[in-house]
Amino acid sequence: MPPMTDQPITAGLLRLAAEDNVLVATGPLVPGATAINGGGEMHLREAVTLGHKVAAKAIAKGEKILKYGVSIGSATEDIAAGQHVHVHNMQSDYTPTHVLSETATGGRDA
Amino acid sequence: MLEGILRSDGRKGIRNTLAVAYLVECAHHVAREIVQPYRDAGAQVIGFPGCYPNAYAQTMMERLCTHPNVGAVLLVSLGCESFNRFQLEKTIAATGRPVETLVIQRAGGTRATIEAGRDWVAAQLPELAAAPRVPMALSELVVGTVCGGSDGTSGITGNPAVGLAFDRLVEAGATCIFEETGELIGCEGIMSARAATPELGRELTASVEKAAAYYATLGYGSFAAGNAEGGLSSIEEKSMGAYAKSGKSPISGLIKPGDIPPKGGLYLMDVVPDGEVRFGFPNISDNAEIVEMMASGAHLTLFVTARGSVVGSALAPVIKICANPETYARLTEDMDVNAGRVLSGTPLAEVGDEIFDLTLEVASGRQTASESLGHAEFILTYKSFEPIGPACLPV
Repeated sequence: MPPMTDQPITAGLLRLAAEDNVLVATGPLVPGATAINGGGEMHLREAVTLGHKVAAKAIAKGEKILKYGVSIGSATEDIAAGQHVHVHNMQSDYTPTHVLSETATGGRDA
Repeated sequence: MLEGILRSDGRKGIRNTLAVAYLVECAHHVAREIVQPYRDAGAQVIGFPGCYPNAYAQTMMERLCTHPNVGAVLLVSLGCESFNRFQLEKTIAATGRPVETLVIQRAGGTRATIEAGRDWVAAQLPELAAAPRVPMALSELVVGTVCGGSDGTSGITGNPAVGLAFDRLVEAGATCIFEETGELIGCEGIMSARAATPELGRELTASVEKAAAYYATLGYGSFAAGNAEGGLSSIEEKSMGAYAKSGKSPISGLIKPGDIPPKGGLYLMDVVPDGEVRFGFPNISDNAEIVEMMASGAHLTLFVTARGSVVGSALAPVIKICANPETYARLTEDMDVNAGRVLSGTPLAEVGDEIFDLTLEVASGRQTASESLGHAEFILTYKSFEPIGPACLPV
């Protein structure tokens, strides 16, 4: 903390801390090679919308999801690099996340 | 240098609002009708809906009716409610503000009370508009911050930009308040390390632990469906984004709603009730949080939204900072700052400076988007608090 946004954002994916295992979409993204802000790129396996997360590397079931350099919950299934990371494959370590089924998958389907 | 209106307690206001306050929901319609012709002339409705007595609500109404942005108060009572209107009127009168109480059951009912109320308001407004302005230092300004309708962009654009503005405000001697301990779950360790004293750090941690236990009992975190639609997956992820609003300044104290910070600096407001879970969710919507910061003296609120909140507030202007560029494009008229442009290359510091500058302009009288659209939301519900402990405000 605070987020690593000191350098201007020009790429589709943002890494907020060096130790993070997720990246953040800075706009709507389609599958394929996608640039990471600050250098490098990764193969995106599915479409995601603005503000959603993508696995920066393979994450095993039960592993912590790291964003901003801290844990934001745990993986509920094995997640491959480039996959969308959200309520369908991770959960809070504190209180359950309330979603509306009609909108919760927005990042994948919208 | 800002300009404000000097009050008898030494504080200065950046607006001169006439508050029409209903003291039970049964008097709400009459209060709204009294204000209706004067909505654009400085009259606004506030109030408490409950019929049962509540010490928190009494304190909140006393603080709000003597808020530096309030110049006169009309109380509207049904007559049989439990709210102590006598004590409230006495508290307001002691500050020298014009105050009047209308009791619907004695005034002859709805129509007669509305007419009497409008006559009183019409007589007061010209004086409020003509109130002299005096120089006001930045160190006399109190600024709150809240986020509502957050998503995956909030913690990257709008919230850290407010954090930068907060750092500059604190540096200049202003008082800044951040809150919603239920949205700091997971941040308690890093936050407590910023406390002015180790004892305060323990109080900060305890306030977040209290919030976590409170929400666990309720079964829901402080998390709405729209948060997930916008990419947030857990309360701790949302918390990390919300925490960024606080900036990097040392934390000077922990206050509860209605406590007035004793000096400039950064304060956390503990908004989760003490004791057993009694009255439901701590803050049932964003305006409840804004109201509590106003009760602690906030002159204006920096509100970061991503999904697109459109609210403003009675009594204290709300500066709407839009974190999500897609939302900004759809709701441009409702927003004051387009923080989402950080995602297309604008430096975060540029947006932070814009928020700082706009805060000063709004404090000097510039209308915000929500003010110009007539937003004046207000909500106050039941709570109960114990007083803060001695470690919460280190000297």
